[in-house]
Amino acid sequence: MYRSHVLVCGGTGCTSSNSEEIITTLEEQLVEKGLADEIKVIRTGCFGLCAIGPIMIVYPEGSFYSEVKVDDIPEIVEEHLLKGRIVKRLLYDETVETDTIKSLNETAFYKKQKRVALRNCGVINPESIEEYIALDGYQALAKCLTGLKPAEVIQIVKDSGLRGRGGGGFPTGLKWEFTAKTEADQKYVVCNADEGDPGAFMDRSVLEGDPHCIVESMTICGYAVGATEGYVYVRAEYPIAVNRLEVAIKQAKEQGLLGKNIFGSGFDFDLHIRLGAGAFVCGEETALMTSIEGNRGEPRPRPPYPAVKGLFGKPTTENNVETFANIPQIILHGAESFAAMGTEKSKGTKVFALGGNIKNTGLVEIPMGTTLREIVEEIGGGIPNGHKFKAAQTGGPSGGCIPNHLIDTPIDYDNLTAIGCMMGSGGLIVMDDTNCMVDIARFFLDFTVDESCGKCAPCRIGTKRMLEMLDKITHGTAELEDLEKLEELALYVKENSLCGLGQTAPNPVLSTMKFFKDEYIAHVVDKKCPAGVCKALLNYYIDPKKCIGCTLCARACPVDAIAGVPKGLHVIDTKKCIKCGACMDACKKVKAVSKV
Amino acid sequence: MKKKISTIPFAGTAEQEVCLQKIIAESKDDPSMIIHVMQQAQLIYGYLPFEVQVMIADGMDIPLEKIYGISTFYTQFALSPKGKYSVSVCLGTACYVKGAQDILDKVTEKLGIGPDECTADGRFSIDACRCIGACGLAPVMMINDDVYGKLTVDQIDGILDKYLD
Repeated sequence: MYRSHVLVCGGTGCTSSNSEEIITTLEEQLVEKGLADEIKVIRTGCFGLCAIGPIMIVYPEGSFYSEVKVDDIPEIVEEHLLKGRIVKRLLYDETVETDTIKSLNETAFYKKQKRVALRNCGVINPESIEEYIALDGYQALAKCLTGLKPAEVIQIVKDSGLRGRGGGGFPTGLKWEFTAKTEADQKYVVCNADEGDPGAFMDRSVLEGDPHCIVESMTICGYAVGATEGYVYVRAEYPIAVNRLEVAIKQAKEQGLLGKNIFGSGFDFDLHIRLGAGAFVCGEETALMTSIEGNRGEPRPRPPYPAVKGLFGKPTTENNVETFANIPQIILHGAESFAAMGTEKSKGTKVFALGGNIKNTGLVEIPMGTTLREIVEEIGGGIPNGHKFKAAQTGGPSGGCIPNHLIDTPIDYDNLTAIGCMMGSGGLIVMDDTNCMVDIARFFLDFTVDESCGKCAPCRIGTKRMLEMLDKITHGTAELEDLEKLEELALYVKENSLCGLGQTAPNPVLSTMKFFKDEYIAHVVDKKCPAGVCKALLNYYIDPKKCIGCTLCARACPVDAIAGVPKGLHVIDTKKCIKCGACMDACKKVKAVSKV
Repeated sequence: MKKKISTIPFAGTAEQEVCLQKIIAESKDDPSMIIHVMQQAQLIYGYLPFEVQVMIADGMDIPLEKIYGISTFYTQFALSPKGKYSVSVCLGTACYVKGAQDILDKVTEKLGIGPDECTADGRFSIDACRCIGACGLAPVMMINDDVYGKLTVDQIDGILDKYLD
């Protein structure tokens, strides 16, 4: 028995801010003080509050330390772990009240969250199968293999109302049923962990924090659809996730929870890991299968659907990581308890990677139907530095934006589709008044042009032409009729592309044109970028009333575009200026330089 | 995506070839393992020069054009060597809205090379990458395995100077 447990986040966010060294230092000092038998250090998955990492929680007190540094460790060991005095200065300030300490679940960030898919992240040691089993792990699998027929498992998943969390929102139970009904000598289960949306990291956090739940869930799926082999296709950019998944598969095999004759039921299931090599299109299900087969990851026309002819030409069920992460809970607690959460047509919860210009960046899981305002203002803690909320982008390069006047929209699949947006895999980027919406649309298009596989012409050529038009707009050389052409082409690409990538690539453009038409007009007609982002459209200007003639700006200018004598007024020659912003940086104290 | 193809002469060693042949031998019966073999080859050589692609094609008995097709399709495969210090500036959405483009501009200005290029002394190369998943720390830059988060433009000089040895 240990008298204290110290949980340290080992997710990618906290690892990037040095949590590994914190763990080693902590372990060394515990040995030094003779506490190694009394206090256990556990490396967990992501807690969600990446903005204030590295994160450490000490139980039984539940003290939540944030932004811990290696130098803080001696104090934590000496004061808290040895003498029992909580180190108040390191506590997450939201948990501190005048004379008491609030539980983490009462803080604004966690209060409205409901953790189903992330239930074990930040709670257990992901590299220990015992800890997973202690929290009901592999019980759902046991229940299926020893007490339920495959058709009954599928019925439960259907009744739960679970829809695909990868973005499309197709009913999961139905997908399983299609594969189950196809007769074949071999079938496959595939887990899509090729999380390509830049700015989204839900799936990575599940794999890092709770890998066994994916192993269990895929085995359940295999039993339900009649498959004996599964593949996890995971991004090579996620080394920690890959490693923990490998450990989980090995442990499950050792315990007889994966492999031959699982639970003595006669059911066999084996899992393989395949690493993606960096191609956004491989998140599309047919492209992903083509890639597993060892080819360029180009999509195939559907039909035939994967449920009929998928991986290696055999019937295949493919689901995304978060979808799988919900399955054990649904089996254990029943379809009704899952269906009780969420809205009429979108059941359960959704994980979002909250990022961009918001105070609490990190991972949040909320019941469907929560409004964007609750996410941004309450959970996210609002916009920092006194800026104003402008829009939130969901669905990454395939999605659209939700502007300020729709901030009270309850988030579910159908509401988002209705406003020209989409749920997507869960990236939620908050933008404020310093972001230019035309530039954001251009940014996403630049991404899709790069990632278009080139197989079909509407996507290969269409997105490229759209990008050229957006370039013209951001450079101030576009005419009003270019906006009409852009919209026409966007609709054409959407309608005629082969796969999901091309069909959704115009969404960021169409949605920003719909809600921020005024910004497009400002670029085209007034040749101005209201947010001051598009370099070609802005000029630097020295306010004669503020300039004190200190010469700092002139000395910082790399192209000698600033004229002026010491103690005299300085002026920028806009023809020479390359808009690098060095003068504005140099004039930080006086603030005489501004962008116009 | 267009890829820069290196003109630097191939300098593989006999040890490297032994490692590669071992990996090929393990996987040659399963053509679906080709991407895995290429990933391992890149770990051994640091990039996938033409000569290495030929070795894989011969060893796996797969047409060279297919290997070349895969190597140009996936972002992960590099056809040019990286610098001793590989600087990756994240241009994922979360980083981009927090000014990652300015960070990239500063790095390219300071090193005098663009993305996908290597400095003449082989010390630095730059990549503009898409999301390393540390969005809570945006904007983010990696130099080999060191991660630098919550960056501002004026920190760049100091950080790069640390790698001048």
